[in-house]
Amino acid sequence: MIEFESVTKQYPDGTVAVDTLSLRIPSNEITVFVGPSGCGKTTSLRMINRTIERTSGRISIDGEDINAGDPVTLRRGIGYVIQHAGLFPHKTVVDNVATVPKLLGWDKRKTRATAMELLERVGLDPKLAERYPAQLSGGQQQRVGVARALAADPKIMLMDEPFSAVDPVVRHQLQEELLRLQRDIGKTIVFVTHDIDEAIKLGDNVAVLRVGGKLAQFAPPAELLAKPADEFVEGFIGQDRGYRALTFVTAENLPLGPVPADLAIGADGKPAGWRKDGDTLPVGAVFQRGDSLRAAMDSVLTSPIGQGVCVDEAGKPVGVIDYTGLTGVLRP
Amino acid sequence: MRWVDDNSLLIWEQLREHLYLALIPMVLGLLISVPLGYVATRYSWLANPLVALGGVLYSLPSIALFIVLPALIGTKVLSAANIIIALTIYAVSLLIRNVIDGLRSVPEEVLQAAVSVGYGTLRRVMTIDLPIAVPVIFAGLRVVTVANISMVSVGAIIGIGGLGELFTLGFQQDFLTPIVVGVVLSLALALLADVALVGLQRVLTPWARVNTPKEA
Repeated sequence: MIEFESVTKQYPDGTVAVDTLSLRIPSNEITVFVGPSGCGKTTSLRMINRTIERTSGRISIDGEDINAGDPVTLRRGIGYVIQHAGLFPHKTVVDNVATVPKLLGWDKRKTRATAMELLERVGLDPKLAERYPAQLSGGQQQRVGVARALAADPKIMLMDEPFSAVDPVVRHQLQEELLRLQRDIGKTIVFVTHDIDEAIKLGDNVAVLRVGGKLAQFAPPAELLAKPADEFVEGFIGQDRGYRALTFVTAENLPLGPVPADLAIGADGKPAGWRKDGDTLPVGAVFQRGDSLRAAMDSVLTSPIGQGVCVDEAGKPVGVIDYTGLTGVLRP
Repeated sequence: MRWVDDNSLLIWEQLREHLYLALIPMVLGLLISVPLGYVATRYSWLANPLVALGGVLYSLPSIALFIVLPALIGTKVLSAANIIIALTIYAVSLLIRNVIDGLRSVPEEVLQAAVSVGYGTLRRVMTIDLPIAVPVIFAGLRVVTVANISMVSVGAIIGIGGLGELFTLGFQQDFLTPIVVGVVLSLALALLADVALVGLQRVLTPWARVNTPKEA
């Protein structure tokens, strides 16, 4: 657990970046700091590894004050990922990943083996190991950045807007992979973003900060959407918070109807289209039982005939749902 | 050609002296301007005055410097130290700008990442900042080296000038061959030194020659 107790950061010119921040960041979960620019979210993050020193208050990791030891040793025990990855341009991919083990003086063979294993773990082809960062795409660079942060197996990983400089498609992939990775590694992750959607998607807990470095609300995303603490949080979450709250309701309880004969099935067993008046219309988005109500609603909304198709793991249709079925679940 | 054969020992001796007089200041210049440049990037208010001072020093005529130095620092008038110190001053005054620019070319997020993963300052400067600054520093180093090689000859005025002494010899005897030999060898030396530096830079910066990024 990382604990902030009345932490304040004031710059010599009088600007207060973080104002008496107190919160507990639980271990083995993703905690997101989110807020508009100037809210002190990055400052708060960087005070954890002491790349910014706080003016007053206390920060502790598992009860131990972070100022107890030397900052360089502290940093080697905390993974760090930043926007644009910040890879070392003059080192190969594998050497970039091996940075912290090398600083810690690990055995060479062990270092390399760990680095290669991590490349695969973050979804990179081991063939890229000897390339230089400039030869990689933005998404690949960011994966290397994550691998570098994990190389010495730190308990804590700090991520400062890591996905904000890549295009939306790649960002979506990286987010999914982070969640998948986190299911395996269970690190204590502190993640900074200005994007509330990203915060809600990734966070087990979300800390909403307001300009001037004050904590507005600290809650799990579902609670944030259901019960915003004040007008600022409500405004920051945005207009469609009701719709977005559906992300946290499972589609398991939907009363599916049987697959209609109008649904054309392809050779692979997957839905191929809706037959209507001699034409075949596109299927639209499909969803699975384990998905959220938001995915199910999206499926209904994108279907040309108002029928959302539920598929199994193999992509084969198992049932359909329409507006009436959906609203039955939505009504409390 | 007869003169060349008869004086091959002299020519060889002057060539060696020339190389020595040009390269020692280059190395000294590098050793001085790197820490100085680093300090100037740490305390950025120092950078502009240092670069300006470099410009002023570089504009001092070399003959004047060679002659004034003994009076200023107490070296013997006919000592090689005068040439070495003067050329080191020129080297530093040129290199300081490149060292500062080179260190500033290290992207902010790279510096931040290095600090955040736990590099200490000295290790970071030696293994991250300087290697990344190599292309910019080498651009200056090449200019300094070629300029030094040409300026060594001026030292012939005070009797220590490597190949430049072949010029004085030629002028005194009203005889063209030593002058031509001196010019050709100076040019060849400058060219070779430049090629060697380019080669060294290629070895030091394999990463700077990679293909452009691919989208994937």
